[in-house]
Amino acid sequence: MRFDWAFAFDVLPVLAKAAIITVQATLVGYAVALSFGLALALMRRSRAKWLSWSAAGFIEFVRSTPLLVQLYFMYFVLPDFGITMSALTTGILGLGLHYATYTAEVYRAGIESIPKGQWEAARAFGLSRFRTYQKVIVPQAIPPVVPALGNYFVSMFKETPLLSAIAVVELMQRAKIIGSETFRYLEPITLVGLFFLGLSLAAAWAVRRAESHFSLTRRMKQAAEDADENAVAPSSPA
Amino acid sequence: MPEFLPVLFQGLIVTVEITAMAAVLSVIVAFVAAFAKMSHVRWLRWCAAVYIETFRGTSALVQLFWLYFVLPHFGITLPAMAVGVLGLGLNIGAYGAEVVRGAVESVPKRQREAAAALNLSRWQTLRFIVLPQAFLMMLPSWTNLLIELLKATALVSLITLGDLTFKAYQLNQATFRTLEIFTLVLVFYFVVAMGIAAIGRGLEHRFGRHRAKEA
Repeated sequence: MRFDWAFAFDVLPVLAKAAIITVQATLVGYAVALSFGLALALMRRSRAKWLSWSAAGFIEFVRSTPLLVQLYFMYFVLPDFGITMSALTTGILGLGLHYATYTAEVYRAGIESIPKGQWEAARAFGLSRFRTYQKVIVPQAIPPVVPALGNYFVSMFKETPLLSAIAVVELMQRAKIIGSETFRYLEPITLVGLFFLGLSLAAAWAVRRAESHFSLTRRMKQAAEDADENAVAPSSPA
Repeated sequence: MPEFLPVLFQGLIVTVEITAMAAVLSVIVAFVAAFAKMSHVRWLRWCAAVYIETFRGTSALVQLFWLYFVLPHFGITLPAMAVGVLGLGLNIGAYGAEVVRGAVESVPKRQREAAAALNLSRWQTLRFIVLPQAFLMMLPSWTNLLIELLKATALVSLITLGDLTFKAYQLNQATFRTLEIFTLVLVFYFVVAMGIAAIGRGLEHRFGRHRAKEA
């Protein structure tokens, strides 16, 4: 069987339309993962035992079970409790909650790497715990973990085909539908693969850029250079 | 609840079987790809890089569908079980290759120099000096990868393989006991994942013992 280029170009616009759903689901899901993940990380560090334990339990459980089953759970079980959402909303929420447990661990690593002196200094200024997190700890904890967070963006993007299992017509589902209508799976599924490969490589490249941008050594070098310039400037001959 | 337990157990067995077989495949593939990528031979390095980037860069589900729906067009029809093991093994193997490479490269250069000074052959250096140290370093990452593999086996239900997720879906269609079925299934997966984590910790303990004593 040959790869039929004419057919591939025929199905391209239909697939491109479905790709929009994929990108949408990734972006909104990522926003959920970033915000809920931070909340989970802070709950996990809470001094209230029941809160930190339930956050830890939630993280451990959700991380160790398949996203697909979690999606089924949300899609089939929640309506019994009177919560009805569209398949897309369920999918985005499921994806976001699943990855929130991953980002929570990333945030936690970032927060725990902040020196104790920062807490003590904030205390000396009379900042409340909330204020300390908000103004001192979190702003310092996030930049070093941006690359790790970025990697999960790429992972989430690659997990979106799972939404096809709960009847969201995203890219993969569209390709399957085309395949079952025309009995040609080669072109649509290969195109979907290439689409993911292209975007993942681009995203990986962006993450590497971010990594070097946020890397501590580079920033320290930059700071040292700035300091050098300032030091040299006055003494240099006019 | 008990009436559907046997069906779920059947599914669980399939899930564990696929996980075990794909795990073996992924470890083999990962070592081969990692050493190919570190090879002095350019075309080997190149092949390994293409394999690793392709499988890491596309979705596991897309890979399974490709193997299941597209390969038959080329005259290769594999049973669903083979597709599941092959697809997941190759997918996790690509991630594993980077884990193996990272661990092998992190063994200090001096260790190799000392081995050369002792007149060990390349193979002996690898077997007695590099791999034992690298093995300990890569254990935690492998534990995580195998849990990812277990989670990924749920995908094979979408290519009609009767694993735990597939049975749950079927039972749900038949009985509408949604809450019990899916809660049980999640707990099953969680227990297996905890089992993998426990084995990983056990191995770390077992192989880390010598190291701790020497230090």
